[in-house]
Amino acid sequence: MNSSFYIALIPLLPLAGFILLGLFGRSFFKNSSGIIGTLFLLASAALAVYVAYDYFSGSATIRPREIAFTYTWLQFSDTLSIDMGVLLDPISVMMLVVVTFVSLMVHIYSLGYMKGEERYPTYYAFLSLFTFSMLGLVMSSNLFQIYIFWELVGVSSFLLIGFYYNKPSAVAAAKKAFIVTRFADLGFLIGILILSWYSGTLDFNTLIARMTSPESDQLKSAITSSFLGLSGLTWALLLIFMGGAGKSAMFPLHIWLPDAMEGPTPVSALIHAATMVVAGVYLVARLFPVFAISDPAALEVVAWVGAVSAVIAAVIACTQTDIKRVLAYSTMSQIGFMMFALGVSKYGGETGLGYTASMFHLFTHAMFKALLFLGAGAVIHYVHSNEMKDMGGLRKYLPITHITFLVACLAIAGIPPFAGFFSKEEILLAAHENSPAIYWIALFTSGLTAFYMFRLYFSIFWNKPAHLHGEKHGEGGFAMMLPLILLGIGAAGAGFTPFGKYVSTDGSPLESHIDIGFSALPVALGVVGIVAAMWLYLKPTNRPEKLAASLSSLYKSAYHKFYIDELYLFITKKVLFNLVGRPAAWFDRNVVDGLMNLTGNSTEAVSGAIKKLQSGKVQQYAIYFLGGVIVLAVLFIYVWK
Amino acid sequence: MNLLLLIGIPLVAALAVLASRNAKQVRWISLTGATAQLIASFALLFAFKTERAAGNTAQMLFEQKHALFPAWNINFHLGVDGISIAMILLTSFVLVAGVLVSWNVEKMTKEFYFLLILLALGAYGFFISLDLFILFFFLEISVIPKYLLIGIWGSGKKEYSANKLALMLMGGSALILVGMLGLYFEGGRSFDLLQLSKMSFDTTTQHILFPLLFIGFGVFTALFPFHTWVPDGHSSAPTAGSMFLAGISMKLGGYGCLRVATYLLPEGAKEYANIIIVLSAIAILYGAFATMMQKDLKYINAYSSVSHVGFSLLGIGMLTQTAMTGAVMQMVSHGVMTALFFAVIGMIYDRTHTRMVADMGGLMKVMPFVATVFFIVGLCSLGLPGLSGFVAEMTVFVGSWEHADAFHRIATIAAAMSIVVTAVYILRAVGQTVMGPIKNEYIQLKDANWNEKLAAILLLAGILAIGIAPFWLNDLLKPGIEVIMQKLASVN
Repeated sequence: MNSSFYIALIPLLPLAGFILLGLFGRSFFKNSSGIIGTLFLLASAALAVYVAYDYFSGSATIRPREIAFTYTWLQFSDTLSIDMGVLLDPISVMMLVVVTFVSLMVHIYSLGYMKGEERYPTYYAFLSLFTFSMLGLVMSSNLFQIYIFWELVGVSSFLLIGFYYNKPSAVAAAKKAFIVTRFADLGFLIGILILSWYSGTLDFNTLIARMTSPESDQLKSAITSSFLGLSGLTWALLLIFMGGAGKSAMFPLHIWLPDAMEGPTPVSALIHAATMVVAGVYLVARLFPVFAISDPAALEVVAWVGAVSAVIAAVIACTQTDIKRVLAYSTMSQIGFMMFALGVSKYGGETGLGYTASMFHLFTHAMFKALLFLGAGAVIHYVHSNEMKDMGGLRKYLPITHITFLVACLAIAGIPPFAGFFSKEEILLAAHENSPAIYWIALFTSGLTAFYMFRLYFSIFWNKPAHLHGEKHGEGGFAMMLPLILLGIGAAGAGFTPFGKYVSTDGSPLESHIDIGFSALPVALGVVGIVAAMWLYLKPTNRPEKLAASLSSLYKSAYHKFYIDELYLFITKKVLFNLVGRPAAWFDRNVVDGLMNLTGNSTEAVSGAIKKLQSGKVQQYAIYFLGGVIVLAVLFIYVWK
Repeated sequence: MNLLLLIGIPLVAALAVLASRNAKQVRWISLTGATAQLIASFALLFAFKTERAAGNTAQMLFEQKHALFPAWNINFHLGVDGISIAMILLTSFVLVAGVLVSWNVEKMTKEFYFLLILLALGAYGFFISLDLFILFFFLEISVIPKYLLIGIWGSGKKEYSANKLALMLMGGSALILVGMLGLYFEGGRSFDLLQLSKMSFDTTTQHILFPLLFIGFGVFTALFPFHTWVPDGHSSAPTAGSMFLAGISMKLGGYGCLRVATYLLPEGAKEYANIIIVLSAIAILYGAFATMMQKDLKYINAYSSVSHVGFSLLGIGMLTQTAMTGAVMQMVSHGVMTALFFAVIGMIYDRTHTRMVADMGGLMKVMPFVATVFFIVGLCSLGLPGLSGFVAEMTVFVGSWEHADAFHRIATIAAAMSIVVTAVYILRAVGQTVMGPIKNEYIQLKDANWNEKLAAILLLAGILAIGIAPFWLNDLLKPGIEVIMQKLASVN
């Protein structure tokens, strides 16, 4: 058995789990499906770690982008084909580990969290399906392959958001998530068509090689062609980025993410925090050489979309009262960080710091954000509510959740030595070097981050004393606590990974960049944020209301998420349904079909009229005959003389 | 392999149905016949692959020719290539599934199954004919049973729908007949497809005959604006009738557009390609928007069929190898998918006695099998990878994109926009029907019976076989499309 066999098994094991549990779960594995799914994933995670060890332990100084194997799945034409393959490079290997690890944690956690659920086997089947699709996405060696798995993670997300399918709000959220990302995927698809048409290939390796070497004909034609003032390449990359922005909930395509919190909380941890939503970042990173070398203009757009998303989401997060929604906006904000880190990066050596920082932040964020969601799950499990007002003083009742949640909050706030500190410092440094405006936005946002995270923390675990109704039960079993502890260790220690040594734009190692002088300001801002949150939320006071009142209009519009949802609703309901759909349906029934019926009816009318001529009455025929003779006689005599 | 077998089996089955004594016999005879036909179709595929592997590169395989009217040079000429075989497989799948879902038809069972098999017989004959005269004959054989199936076993305003369908299809047939006679007299008194393909008709002839043939066949395949029989016809037809209508009959038209109109009259095809593209892009997008507003499940699938079949015509109009391959893939894919869609709608209707989306809810709880199948077929319709629709649509898109001019680009983007609209209407239907809280009156409903399960699994297998492993279908179709492309390339 060679290594490509192991690699293929990484996604295939969850797929096997999906098929097994999907077909037979309900009849044969009613109670054991959780264990079965978890075991499949454990094997998959172990293989991923093995592959990563194998890949990174090599002594090579340049880490190659290698294709483990490919199979031609669909040959479009002589040059274009969809090849299903496995691409190994530092980021795909890193993602394999992240996805399988977080997914494993979520599988274990769900053993406790989803226990007794009626559709327990279905839940695990969907989790396995998602994991398979996500792994397929990160390993893709072909642009169309990534699109295929992209759609599959989308549908897994739909299934899991709508898992409680008898709740209308869950169904609506699932539909919204799917349709908004589908709209973005339309851009992605057209981008793929454009890019593949210029480059004449769908294979990533060939594509990147052709689109980054200045003397290649493909690149020349893509850059020199122009449509509405932008080159063909810019259009292609921007449209592909549109797909990424949809999946990664970037402004203005982010509206589905907060609603997606209708899904079970472990699902939010896996899909809507750690893995699927970073697919957009991953996509840009995958095509990063093309962006950075050949089209800095498109990369600039990526940077600004990321920065704007980061700050808007952070402002909204400060006002939300549903703890999962706070975390959802926080996710959007952090992904904004990853996105603009890519945007400010350049290609090669030290200038590629932003790229490394982005991937580093993706890695650490997966740990602490998954932890935050799973911790929130434990809290929700305990108080049976998502609302902050139903919480408070829980630190005594949920000690393990409390400590791990605190660790995660410190990590996301960027307090040393927790994981988020290291990755965020690198992002800030990259922004500082390349785009001062974005640097200041980022600095402001990271202060806000510390504030809203600690607002959440104090509101849940401190503030008013706990008022518990009903019987008291424990914190949740071992199955729920183990993932919290493991992720807590990750959130505390992942920052010490020498990440730049493994992941960089050109595959050559990069030294880490932690500079006390530079770090002082961001860390100080983080502390200010924490102290502010403490002042407002440590004890029950009327300070938050006063502050909200003094910022009345800003607070109100942030609380209503800047009315972006309402805008979308207006466009879809009023414009698309009433101005396009309804007229189209009416036109079809009345005009097009009306014409068809008119043809039919007039045929009938004409035949009805002429059938009277053939009455069978000899007298009538005689009169017609006589009339005809007279008319002809008149014509011959007077007209055609 | 003798191709007469493909019309022989349904003929024997149809006669046996007429001779049988009770409904039970009728059902089992029909199922046996349909299954035998399915096996024969796979045998044909296997024999075809073996012949090709052995190096037989003839355009058509298993040819046979018997003189019918020597005076008029009309021959019973049969033969198949990869495209016909794909269509025959499709027909066999839909036939078996149609027989299975009609298991509980109580009214005039014998006549119902007789007509169903007769319809399939017409389709089989159509797909293997290499002589335009018998091709036309088989096409007409498949029209009459539809009229009766809707008129007798239908629901709602069935007389209106049956009349409309029959008249519009007859109108299409009339155009085909005129076009065919034009070919016959211009092509040296021959109806033979292979002989005609070697002729080069002069430009004027091509420009006159192509629209006759293309629109004629186009009426069958819901070419905009001749699609209006589709919504009424489908919604009034009994379940198996809708399955056949959308799954097979509409494909007769697509096949004719490709095999007869485009292949024999390449100059005409080039002349009118842009009009075809415009009409099909309209059908795709406008059909999708019209679907969004429908309230009845059958109307939803009927309008969505107009939209989906538009991809076949778009692919043909693009006149590139890839797009045309995609067009045929879409015919096969849509045939299986829409048959399953109508089958599931029938299963739901049999239980809830309504097809109105607004009256449903939460069916997942009481009939998980039906709900899951409904869900999967919906995902296929919205083009989810791993299911057949994705493969076909993407092939059409990539093929269309090979044209670099603004006109083709805009048409392709317009067509691609339908993937969003499709997601809207499918999720609306699925979300309202199988998800959401369940209504009290549905609590007692039962899940699918064995026959319904079998039918659904069979068609699902078809969807998955194309969706997961599209390469076999691609390889099967490619040589047939290449022949048409060579013919197109031979004229300028």
